Amino acid sequence: MNTDIALWMVQDGVVTGAIYGLMALALVLVFAVTRVIFVPQGEFVSMAGLTLGTLQLGQTPGTVYLLVGGGLLVAAVEMVQAARLGLLRQRLPRLILAWIILPVAMAMLVVWLAPHKLGSWVEMALTLGLIVPVGPMLYRIAYRPLANASVLVLFIVSMAVHYALTGIELAMFGGEGLRTNAISDWVLGSGSMKIGAQSIWVVSASVACMVVLWFFFERSLYGKALRATAINRVGARLVGISTDLAGRTAFLLAAAIGALSGLLMSPITTVYFDSGLMIGLKGFVGAILGGMVSYPLAVLGAVGVGLLESFSSFWASAYKETIVFTLLIPVLLWRSLTARHLVAEDEEE
Amino acid sequence: MRRAIIKTGLLGAFALGAIAAHAEITIGLSLGTTGPGASMGIPYKNALQLVPKTLGGEPVRYIVLDDESKPDNAAKNALKFVADYKIDALMGSNNVPASLAMTQVAAEAKVPLIALAPLPQLAAEKHKWTFVVPQPPDLMMSAVAQHMKSRGIKTAGYIGYSDTWGDLVYNAISALSEANGFKVVTNERFGRADASVAGQVMKIIAADPDAVVVGGSGSPAATPQIALVERGFKKPIYHNPGTVNLAFIQTGKSAAEGAIAPTGPLIVAEDLPDNFPTKTVSLDFVKRYETMFGAGSRNGFAGYTYDGVLLLDAAVTVALKKAKPGTPEFRVALRDAIESVNNLIGTHGVYNMTPANHNGQDERSRVLVHVMKGEWRLVK
Repeated sequence: MNTDIALWMVQDGVVTGAIYGLMALALVLVFAVTRVIFVPQGEFVSMAGLTLGTLQLGQTPGTVYLLVGGGLLVAAVEMVQAARLGLLRQRLPRLILAWIILPVAMAMLVVWLAPHKLGSWVEMALTLGLIVPVGPMLYRIAYRPLANASVLVLFIVSMAVHYALTGIELAMFGGEGLRTNAISDWVLGSGSMKIGAQSIWVVSASVACMVVLWFFFERSLYGKALRATAINRVGARLVGISTDLAGRTAFLLAAAIGALSGLLMSPITTVYFDSGLMIGLKGFVGAILGGMVSYPLAVLGAVGVGLLESFSSFWASAYKETIVFTLLIPVLLWRSLTARHLVAEDEEE
Repeated sequence: MRRAIIKTGLLGAFALGAIAAHAEITIGLSLGTTGPGASMGIPYKNALQLVPKTLGGEPVRYIVLDDESKPDNAAKNALKFVADYKIDALMGSNNVPASLAMTQVAAEAKVPLIALAPLPQLAAEKHKWTFVVPQPPDLMMSAVAQHMKSRGIKTAGYIGYSDTWGDLVYNAISALSEANGFKVVTNERFGRADASVAGQVMKIIAADPDAVVVGGSGSPAATPQIALVERGFKKPIYHNPGTVNLAFIQTGKSAAEGAIAPTGPLIVAEDLPDNFPTKTVSLDFVKRYETMFGAGSRNGFAGYTYDGVLLLDAAVTVALKKAKPGTPEFRVALRDAIESVNNLIGTHGVYNMTPANHNGQDERSRVLVHVMKGEWRLVK
């Protein structure tokens, strides 16, 4: 291994690490606010990549059905609940607007625009419009009814959601992978030290996303409400913060981060209907390295995973995954010996 | 009471008569139509819409169960077919480990198995009941090795899946290397859904081989192809039959141009010379497949299911003379009949089974194709 190769490995590791970093951020965010270990986080990535790829082929992506179907399901659940509380009349107009009219309008917009191939930017915006609302829908359907269950129960729900989403993706997109067009083919540098524009996009968009999240948590009222919920759910409720709203916002952000990662990585890697789990798991390893609580540590951990993966694929490609996941064991051992156990803390509540 | 018994007896006799008159043949297929092998499993299943509705003139029922490309599920499905459906023959699966799992059930239950993935050499009892439709990897890769020899290639890098398929292709190309005057200098592995193969590709480029052989399939095989082209690798890149489909080209886009692979003749049915033995059968099949599943949807996988059914059709005709479907005698007769199939022209090649050779294909079952202007074309 010479310097050229090492530099290239570093570049490759940082780019994939940046995506894992975004995953880790979303996982820590969702876990802190709702105590859900959000296994299907990677599903947003694969869904966004495949939706964008399908749009670029000028076809209507199956995600429109997911959006409309999810909306109808949420509307039904909400209506039943409102009827039980005797509030159906007051809530009905808002329910229909938010969960039926808006998703259907979005879906129709996509169906109408899809065959025109309006270029990368429009297609990316449409993809975000299709995927991001799925986050809060998932929260409403799968997690909110169990919001007070133990971490383990929520984890099992996550597994179920993961399997359901993977199956739906297979039905929507088929078994083959898709690779989307790069935003630009421009390449920086020459010879052995080439940096593709897409790699720069990935890293800078990830950094920008992290900065925006930092401002959101430090400066905005919603962000502070989320942090308060993360620190102490009961306390947050006592001072009037809706844990429901906090949960919905956390899932909205997670879906947005996931969809953005999908848009960023789909031009440099092929996305399959079941790519999500691996990407999510690598982010999860990163998040664990950061103890599931610290955002900067989680991102650092994820970039570390990216680098480790890149170098191990050079030295021992057949054992790449083994090396990455084996890393978890010493880290978990060390953490369980030094840190206070999060699950135990929950159960004391 | 007595009357009722007589009535039931009569009904039973009538039912038996009906069964004898319309001896329905039942075939059980285990395919990975969901899960990681779905991109292959689905075309395998699609072909069932094109196969004959009768076998040897008798009506046939195809039952498909999903095994998610997992060996344990494939074995369970095979057991279920045998126990619950009393099938006359098994077919499946779309990948090597799952098909291997089925050979065990076939041997124990004494049911003929039409394997739809290439298999390594089997133990005698399993071999007896298993017939393999796809061309063995060494037959396929021999086309690649000969082409490399003709180009004077001395060293080849290898990158393949970190699973059985990656091993099979590696073993095939390594076994052929000495006879064809080249050396395999790297053995890199990657996962189907890996985000990046930068490390592996870098190692291959550092070894500076005259060509690269890729042991992948479909769209995932485009990942190393793209990475090699992006790193400025200009020498030939060879693939294997698993790679030859439209998804590889759609994923690889301009980087896919020039990729070379061996495949069954049906992929380039139009390009085949008119005297090619399978031309009529291959062309007819791809035309019907594309009418039903869209232009460019042709693939070798569907052809394997189709050829498997053609084998059964030929063998059932013979076996029906000896026994009735649904009986152990029929399954034995069917096995014997498949073993003596002679000169059967399929979509992939000409099948001549013998007790030693349960694949029965020869060099007429493979051609070399390459990507030209976004299409797989025959290398002339």
